[in-house]
Amino acid sequence: MNVLNFMQSFFNDGSHWHGYDGIPQRVWEHLQYTAGALGIAAAIGLPVGLVTGHTGRGGDVLAFLSAGARALPTFGLLVLMFVWLGLGIVPVMIPLVVLAIPPILITTYEAIRTVDPSPVDAARGMGMPEARILFQVEVPAALPLILSGLRSATIQIVSTATIAAYVSLGGVGRYILDGLYQHNYEKVAGGAALTALLALLVLVLFWAVGRVAVSPGVRRRRAA
Amino acid sequence: MHVIAPRAGKAVPEGFRRLIAIEDVSKRYADGTVAVDRLSLQIPDHSITVLVGPSGCGKTTTLRMINRMIEPSGGTIRVDGQDIRDRPVNTLRRSMGYVIQNAGLFQHRTILDNIATVPRLLGWSKQRARERAADLMERVGLDPAMARRYPYQLSGGQQQRVGVARALAADPPILLMDEPFSAVDPVVRRGLQEELLRIQSELGKAIVFVTHDMDEAITIGDRIAVLRTGGRLAQFAAPDEILSAPADPFVEEFLGSDRGIRGLSFLSTRDLELDSSLLLPLGSDRRETAERLPEGTSVLVTDTDGKPLGWTEPDDWDGDTKTLEPAGPSFEVGRDSLRVALDRAVLSPTGLAVGVDSSGKVLGVVGQERIAAAIRAARRGRKADAPQDAAAVKAGR
Repeated sequence: MNVLNFMQSFFNDGSHWHGYDGIPQRVWEHLQYTAGALGIAAAIGLPVGLVTGHTGRGGDVLAFLSAGARALPTFGLLVLMFVWLGLGIVPVMIPLVVLAIPPILITTYEAIRTVDPSPVDAARGMGMPEARILFQVEVPAALPLILSGLRSATIQIVSTATIAAYVSLGGVGRYILDGLYQHNYEKVAGGAALTALLALLVLVLFWAVGRVAVSPGVRRRRAA
Repeated sequence: MHVIAPRAGKAVPEGFRRLIAIEDVSKRYADGTVAVDRLSLQIPDHSITVLVGPSGCGKTTTLRMINRMIEPSGGTIRVDGQDIRDRPVNTLRRSMGYVIQNAGLFQHRTILDNIATVPRLLGWSKQRARERAADLMERVGLDPAMARRYPYQLSGGQQQRVGVARALAADPPILLMDEPFSAVDPVVRRGLQEELLRIQSELGKAIVFVTHDMDEAITIGDRIAVLRTGGRLAQFAAPDEILSAPADPFVEEFLGSDRGIRGLSFLSTRDLELDSSLLLPLGSDRRETAERLPEGTSVLVTDTDGKPLGWTEPDDWDGDTKTLEPAGPSFEVGRDSLRVALDRAVLSPTGLAVGVDSSGKVLGVVGQERIAAAIRAARRGRKADAPQDAAAVKAGR
């Protein structure tokens, strides 16, 4: 009950709703870090996953690199980057991107590789160029899985982006860190609640994207 | 046979028969496996050429070398005299319809858009491609209401019809079919085969059809190439010729133990002599019939429209149609083959097959001895006009 009380008083405190340390500002910063890290991770993970999945080559190398990347402690990487590069956005982005690439890359690779081979064979046999086979046959069929990879990467980024506060940046992690220093547990609970809320928001967002982007022919078939 | 290759882009000369010429083609893999061994086949248009054989005989490999899904390691394949390697691979493939097992439909596209795929690849407008796709749906016997459905909402047989429609959408002169009907149940397969023969009679494509099922090969093939394990040609001939004169023990074994009976599928019942003295129309005098025939002879009672009701002996019969012995299935004279007539005779309680006309009216009955005599007569006379006769029977049944 204590935690709920903490949250209630945090969100009821009018001073938490405006200014540079206000909730809208911190949430906005958090979303910016998330979007930035997701954008970079997707820009690397999606093309590599699509090409390796389509050609079926390089899967072993990918699995090896991803296992390595997953073994890296995110917080340790942040400290290392901070020592190396100093304060700023870059030392935060690097650990978040390293964290997000494996789920995007491996899921995309597996999603494309496990697409039913018959339509691909039919498409090739009727003279469809390889790029169109990838984007018009394989990707639409693999989209639910690709989206699930992006979704888990995004949720990991949202919850981990709280570490930005350690290198003097913003985001909802600010409340958690400052709260801990000030022994202000209302702030800690409020920051944690905001993080969870953002994660839920990501789930809703991806559900909506899936409804719009995935063809009913693919969606209903998977449900059946 | 030597063909002068027309240059790329030049129209095929008038009177030139479209032809796939497989010349001394082999496929060897790096591990030493030989899938196809120096195969030569001539595949004309307006015909269905079936490649048949046990698994590992290279039939699918041969088919896939025609649209360059697999590159041969030796030999040449020509279409209309032109080496297929002289054309851009995707241009070549768009000129050949391709139908595979399980149809391979695009699950994310509607039925209409699946069928419109190749026209769209060829740069047609969306509207024109869809109009064409709608025409094709009608041609292959699909309900227009299915246009906006997705593949998962269709049965296996319907999906395969969509696969055939998609392959025909850009009106390619050649159709390659790789075990297209293997995954559907026998009744649906029968329907698809009949549909294919009907479509072919309208369109006259050069169809190459791969199957492992000899019955299917005999049903739809104008010419059958029997391949043996290791990718060598065992026999290349018309179905009735393969059935009556298998080239070697391998082909004979592959045909199974009933090739004689199956061969009857190519003999017409047109000239079969029917006995109409054993018919007893309802309302006629059965005493007169009983006196006319030897005691204990069964007669076929027919209704007022001349349709068969059942068998009885006129002496014993009380006139109640419920006490008749069921007539069982009949055969249609001229349309059904001697195989069907013989089958009906075997099934009949009296050993007599009932021959009807196209409206179902009984023309007469015929016994097994007379059918056997017709078979012998047909075999003697067949040598002169076999191909036309076989084709006529096939088109009917």
